[in-house]
Amino acid sequence: MLESFWILLLFPLAGAAVNGLCGKRLPHKLIGLIACGAVLASFLVAALAFVELTGRAADDRLVTVSLFTWIEAGEFVSRAAFLFDPLSAVMILIVTGVGFLIHVYSIGYMHGEDGYYRYFSYLNLFIFMMSLLVLGDNFLVMFVGWEGVGLCSYLLIGYYFKERFAGDAAKKAFVVNRVGDFAFLLGLFLIFREFGSITYLDAFQSVQSSYPGMETGFGILSLITLLLFIGATGKSAQTPLYVWLPDAMAGPTPVSALIHAATMVTAGVYMIARCSPLYSRAPETLLIVAVVGAATALLAALIAIGQRDIKKVLAYSTVSQLGYMFVACGVGAYAAGIFHLMTHAFFKALLFLGSGSVILAMHHQQNIFKMGGLKKYLPYTWGVMLVATLAIAGVPGLSGFFSKDEILWQAFSSPQGHPLIWALGVAVAGLTAFYMFRMLFLTFHGQERIEMGHHDDSHGEDDHSHHDAKPQEPGWSVRGPLGVLAVLSVLGGLVGLPAWLASTNQLHHFLEPSFHYQFVPEAHGEHSHALEMGLAGVTTLIGLMGIFVAYTAYLRRPHLPEQVSQRLSGLYRLIRQKFLVDEAYDAVIIRPTHWLSKNVLWKVFDDGVIDGAVNGTATVVQIWAQQLRKIQNGYVRSYATWILLGTALLFAYFSYFAA
Amino acid sequence: MVPTSHYLILGAILFAIGSFGVIFRRNAITMFMCVEIMLNAVNLTLVAYSRSFNQVDGQIFVIFVMVVAAAEAAVGLALIVLLNKRRGTLDVDQIDTMRW
Amino acid sequence: MELVVFYLFAALAVVTALVVVFVQRAVYGALSLIVCFAAIAGLFVQMEAKFLGAIQIIVYAGAIMVLFLFVIMLLDPQKEIFVGRKPALLIYASPLVIFFGYVLLRALLDAPQPAQGSLAERGAIREVAHALFQDYLLPFELTGILILVAVLGAMVLTKRRPAETE
Repeated sequence: MLESFWILLLFPLAGAAVNGLCGKRLPHKLIGLIACGAVLASFLVAALAFVELTGRAADDRLVTVSLFTWIEAGEFVSRAAFLFDPLSAVMILIVTGVGFLIHVYSIGYMHGEDGYYRYFSYLNLFIFMMSLLVLGDNFLVMFVGWEGVGLCSYLLIGYYFKERFAGDAAKKAFVVNRVGDFAFLLGLFLIFREFGSITYLDAFQSVQSSYPGMETGFGILSLITLLLFIGATGKSAQTPLYVWLPDAMAGPTPVSALIHAATMVTAGVYMIARCSPLYSRAPETLLIVAVVGAATALLAALIAIGQRDIKKVLAYSTVSQLGYMFVACGVGAYAAGIFHLMTHAFFKALLFLGSGSVILAMHHQQNIFKMGGLKKYLPYTWGVMLVATLAIAGVPGLSGFFSKDEILWQAFSSPQGHPLIWALGVAVAGLTAFYMFRMLFLTFHGQERIEMGHHDDSHGEDDHSHHDAKPQEPGWSVRGPLGVLAVLSVLGGLVGLPAWLASTNQLHHFLEPSFHYQFVPEAHGEHSHALEMGLAGVTTLIGLMGIFVAYTAYLRRPHLPEQVSQRLSGLYRLIRQKFLVDEAYDAVIIRPTHWLSKNVLWKVFDDGVIDGAVNGTATVVQIWAQQLRKIQNGYVRSYATWILLGTALLFAYFSYFAA
Repeated sequence: MVPTSHYLILGAILFAIGSFGVIFRRNAITMFMCVEIMLNAVNLTLVAYSRSFNQVDGQIFVIFVMVVAAAEAAVGLALIVLLNKRRGTLDVDQIDTMRW
Repeated sequence: MELVVFYLFAALAVVTALVVVFVQRAVYGALSLIVCFAAIAGLFVQMEAKFLGAIQIIVYAGAIMVLFLFVIMLLDPQKEIFVGRKPALLIYASPLVIFFGYVLLRALLDAPQPAQGSLAERGAIREVAHALFQDYLLPFELTGILILVAVLGAMVLTKRRPAETE
């Protein structure tokens, strides 16, 4: 079973092909069944392979399967080969597991939408590409998956392509990702040049032998890792390339949950964890990763405070949480990053799906200031959302607490960490608790300000007739996945209990073989469990404070936010306008590019040089042809004379010159 | 035994005469006959070389040339008949439709 | 003696060829061409290519030229006036042809001419048959198809179409 784990790739591919090619003629129920069945099959195979993997000895938990040689040119060899080790096992379980739940959810959420089959075909294709990304045994296969998920993301963001904003958002995501992918590709080239192979294990062995310790200064290793990290900032929405993710909310909500919260955007974290042998030897890059992560976490958390769209709040929250994961990677705690990746996949998917349930009940109204008091109508959704919000806010006992706390502890105690980074992280934890509960209170509690949305799609007629109807809980296919994810959000943290609670951290222990080639710097002195526990207490306290502030501001004294925003109108406007990052990009990059394209490249280069060359060639040909065509005068004897002359000259040439 | 060069010179002269005829004459049938003279000049050279190299292949080529000449004569004369029927003339200078 | 025979045939061939080129009536030209082909056939025989000499007479002087004569009599062309619509061609043609003949001669005489042997000793016709039906069998068979196509082509071209009213 373990040797043939790669067959799990085939199910989603087949599902995408069947739904994509003949989905138009299939009944909706069958389409959903095919798509969900394919992902479920993948999940089961992954689970079986995982169980078998855990049955092996710790240093034997690595399987590679090479299907065929894909590209071979000189020394360069790339095989379509796949790797199953603890790291990819955890990732593939998240991808297929959460993916399956979201597929099931989509059956209910997407019911009656145009292009139902198209949606499920893309979704299955995404699962296939994501599996390629996490299972590839070399950088090229990973890159194929990397680009493939980008494509699926583009297609799904632009799912409502008839709306202009959806098309624009899709293009934005694609273009911004291109910037990162370019750097990523350069990184791959450098890896091949430096280490002679793009297969993980070969390259890592080569790294280990040529760099016994850390690289000093900013050398080639730092350059490689930095380029790869730029790729990760594109895919995983970090500063400065995060701008596409909030716009990506134009896609259907399950897509936001699957691609833009749980799986694809975490590809960058996975990639850094996978490349830990490179990163752990490049302290310069690690510092950049940690700083960028922390800065992104803070920036996105601040922006999230001012958002009014429920999905935008969650989008910025995702950016912020991804920042945490990069902080973990940046301080060398890759396992902690993967841990948070996993718990985040649970509770953020739950939050998105829950918001989807709200949006469905509100007929596509997404503004939280036009909700309020929904707890009465949607008790089930409220319950699961509360669980997820508590988890992300870091309330002790829930999954988010353990993973976030571990990252903060590593940021404090790791040799590459710094108390300043820890302090930033704690501040973000408080902000997170605040904006998440702000969203929860505004949506489910307080005064009813319900204004139903006007979403004109296939069931638009129903919308108008039911406008006065009260919000209702959606069907079982929506509620089922919510329940499962809620349970996972609560219990997901138990696999990685910290040292002060359990003797061994299960997840760390399990992931250890995957980080075999990494360089572990010596720690400066021991930290006591008491300190770790105390810092966790501080974080928890800050989080609870955030919850309390949100409670005060949005439930007890609803006029407070207005007063505060008037007092701090400058800061408030800056936050509302998302720190003007989009506007800055527009002014610094887009407008100059536009101007250059229009005035220089178009009017001068294209019209002048290219068109000039093309038209000039044509004109010259025409002038000559005007004269030369007179040779074709219709007299056969004249032609014969020319032929004879030509033959005579040829003979003369060969007799006198060529001989 | 006559030297090969004699035959070659004769072949060249005949070929030149034939090609002059093709340029000089306006009657399509006569042009055709001049082409036949050129073909025969080539045949003469081929046979001369065949003898010179003591190999029979040159003669085989002559047979093929004759076959092609026969086929060409059949089709070519048919074309000339058709042309005369359509245009009422055999003067190639009158037939200049295919020009710029 | 052989040389005398060669010059006789050569002179005959050149003179008759010139007659073909310069005589105004096509019928005379065709008759003259038959004599030219016969002279060349004589030269073939002199070069031990007896089989070729025979089929030169039979196919060329016989079949092909009879076809020419038929067509000439069928169409009855006028006496030709040599100066056509392109008189300048006459001025170009002579020097061009002389130049061409010269370079052709140079090229031919420059080519290697190994010591002559004699095919006659080994029986030239047997050799030809051997080569034709073994080494060159496939091209030979293809020429059969070529002739068939040519015959069909000639028929199709000259056939009077039902719709055509002339």
